[in-house]
Amino acid sequence: MVAKSPAIAFRRLFDEVGTVDQIGVEERVAKFTTRSIKKASKIWGLKKAVSMVDLTTLEGKDTPGKVASLCQKALQPHDDPGIPTVAAVCVYPSMVRHARKHVADSAVKVASVATAFPSGQAPLKTRLGEVRAAVQDGADEIDMVINRGAFLAGDFSRVEDEIAAVVEACGVAALKVILEVSELETFDNIRAASFVAMGVLREGDFIKTSTGKTSLNATLGNNQVMLEAIRDFYLDTGIAIGMKPAGGIRTAKQALQFLIAVKETLGDAWLTNERYRFGASSLLNDLLRQLEKEKSGSYQAPYYFSEAAESY
Amino acid sequence: MPSLAAKKSTRTPARSGRPAPELIFGDLWEFDPAPETADPKLKSRYDLFIDGQFVAPKSGRYFDTINPANERKLAEIALAGRDDVDAAYQAAQRAFDTTWGRMPGRERAKYIFRIARLLQDRAREFAVAETLDGGKPIKESRDFDVPMTAAHFFYHAGWADKLEYVAPGHRVAPLGVVGQVIPWNFPLLMLAWKIAPALAMGNTVVLKPAETTSITALKLAEILQDAELPPGVVNFVSGAGETGAAVMSHPTPVKIAFTGSTEVGKIIMRSLAGTEKKMTMELGGKAANVVFDDAPIDQAVEGIVNGIFFNQGHVCCAGSRLLVHEPIADLVLAKLKNRLKVLRVGDPMDKNTDIGAINSKPQLQKIQELVESGVKDGAEMFQPACRLPSKGYYFRPTIFSGVTMSHRIAREEIFGPVLSMLTFRTVDEAIEKANNTAYGLSAGVWTDKGSRILKMSTELKAGVVWANTYNKFDPTSPFGGYKESGFGREGGRQGLLDYAKLI
Repeated sequence: MVAKSPAIAFRRLFDEVGTVDQIGVEERVAKFTTRSIKKASKIWGLKKAVSMVDLTTLEGKDTPGKVASLCQKALQPHDDPGIPTVAAVCVYPSMVRHARKHVADSAVKVASVATAFPSGQAPLKTRLGEVRAAVQDGADEIDMVINRGAFLAGDFSRVEDEIAAVVEACGVAALKVILEVSELETFDNIRAASFVAMGVLREGDFIKTSTGKTSLNATLGNNQVMLEAIRDFYLDTGIAIGMKPAGGIRTAKQALQFLIAVKETLGDAWLTNERYRFGASSLLNDLLRQLEKEKSGSYQAPYYFSEAAESY
Repeated sequence: MPSLAAKKSTRTPARSGRPAPELIFGDLWEFDPAPETADPKLKSRYDLFIDGQFVAPKSGRYFDTINPANERKLAEIALAGRDDVDAAYQAAQRAFDTTWGRMPGRERAKYIFRIARLLQDRAREFAVAETLDGGKPIKESRDFDVPMTAAHFFYHAGWADKLEYVAPGHRVAPLGVVGQVIPWNFPLLMLAWKIAPALAMGNTVVLKPAETTSITALKLAEILQDAELPPGVVNFVSGAGETGAAVMSHPTPVKIAFTGSTEVGKIIMRSLAGTEKKMTMELGGKAANVVFDDAPIDQAVEGIVNGIFFNQGHVCCAGSRLLVHEPIADLVLAKLKNRLKVLRVGDPMDKNTDIGAINSKPQLQKIQELVESGVKDGAEMFQPACRLPSKGYYFRPTIFSGVTMSHRIAREEIFGPVLSMLTFRTVDEAIEKANNTAYGLSAGVWTDKGSRILKMSTELKAGVVWANTYNKFDPTSPFGGYKESGFGREGGRQGLLDYAKLI
């Protein structure tokens, strides 16, 4: 009886995984923003970031045409052949087969949000059905949302069981578990939820900050809390989980700061798109613009880059 | 405590048969050099600053000041003798009698405010000069030393016209001429801690900067001229120990303020015993940083690193004794080691450098000697495998574990990037160990439990107790020690009162 009390469940979980001091985290990540990345190291970082982008379109108005142009951009971000392809395109389940057709057997993966994204408020059976359909249509990766309601109510076993069910439905597809940090609110909750998710994930799966559909998305702070959770989990179990901050990362400068956090928290083994991704869309062109600037010495107008609508 | 048992049981070691998982902090993404390039506008020779003018020392003698990062000479600094110190005190007395001591506080405030603004205008130049002369990383002089120096002048400018409220029930008056000697670890900031309250209260000053770091004080003299501070209000006499002794033993000053080692502090106190001179002493420390098992561990680790490796550990309030609750000792040590692997040691002028150069060769030798004693006494040493520049004075960040209270490295102030880790089992044991030192300048407590913070801050005999943070400073907050860490306070209302006569 007592053990089932949500209050005890929370206390036990925090006790097990440890708590987080918000001010301390913010102080730590502020140090990443003072790193000065120049010349060759900057080019390396920018290219690495390009290769980690999950180029995303998640709109009600998405069409096969829009997805086709997204895929083309993913395969060839810029004219310069020295620039790598992005890691994946990320679309809604109904667009998976169109995306699959365009990226074919290139290195670019097809990721699909599923499980009644972004709220997750559908019966489990429906959510699992959505996952299976997306995988069947050719998705290499599934981005699921956790049951935040169950988590906040202290029903961790339900959160865990649902993730485990999605893992099973994924088959060979990799899974990215979205915690939706803005709804969890505290760093303590974010750390705890990371551990709940990692406990049932497989090597090569990811945890992810957010859907991009709420007020607060990826920040250096919540990214750091999750990186540290991944690190502690890896050192305890030997299972390496990946990380994907999503939403809110729009500039190359931000992306480099996130990568510095990875370098200094998880080390070299996570500086790869198999273990770190950026969920973003406008970030890609800013990365390309900075790369061009390193090459030519001057900034080019946004309209020199494909798929960029802004102009001066 | 059931929580301890729970915590231990979750830390299951990796499955046997497989190597323990490790993080790789290698050179996959090496950072290119990112040197700060602002011009420090150094002169090749710096004279004394007496009575508002730069004057050559009467002896004609100069000494070299070098850049500890590469051992190259930066400039020549005037060596003040007894006659020069005497001239400085005469100027200070004259200024006190004729201008500064009689000036209304609201007028003095304008000058102090102007000093702060002028320093902000030249912040980058001063940050570079501070780093060149002292060896501290440019990011620290840029983000901490210079802004904090300006903040102290601003804060005390604010007090100068409100002195009737500083001691309710009393009127206050300046003491007169004060003699001040400052150390080399925060040359500009220590100067501001000394000068700003003295000036706000209406005193005049003769100050000796440390011999290895005189440049920024003498550069600040240029700002004092630009601010049109009346001649003689502030005088700088540079030199080594003998000059310091002349500043301390001169009959003119009514108050002596010293920041430096406990050893020198004792000599000064002995020499001043029996005189009517007031004193404040801010001396050494061997602070305990106490980490309980319920602390947010990653942030505690960050605080431990910040506490001991800030400014190469050349900090009198450095958290040099780490006291860790036994159940989490291994975990904290493992996390510390990983954190140390990503600290960047090297050229202080590089914007990415976390740990710069040791201030001087004698200081480096002292650190080496104490570290050798730690190894000989049987403590276990860890140093990350970072490359050090071939020229200059550098020392790897170092952690000793398995240290006991009787080890020299647990008792003596090392004043370098060296952390001694001890363990404790109960709150009482933590307090006893923390207080088992001749020093008492600062301490840190890391715990999730608020009541424990309050208990510790009452029981720890230290002038500053930081809770879930470390090395935080503010002009409004008084700073100073217990026991052999000194007496008197700097900063805040309390610091101001140490420069006042209550009527």
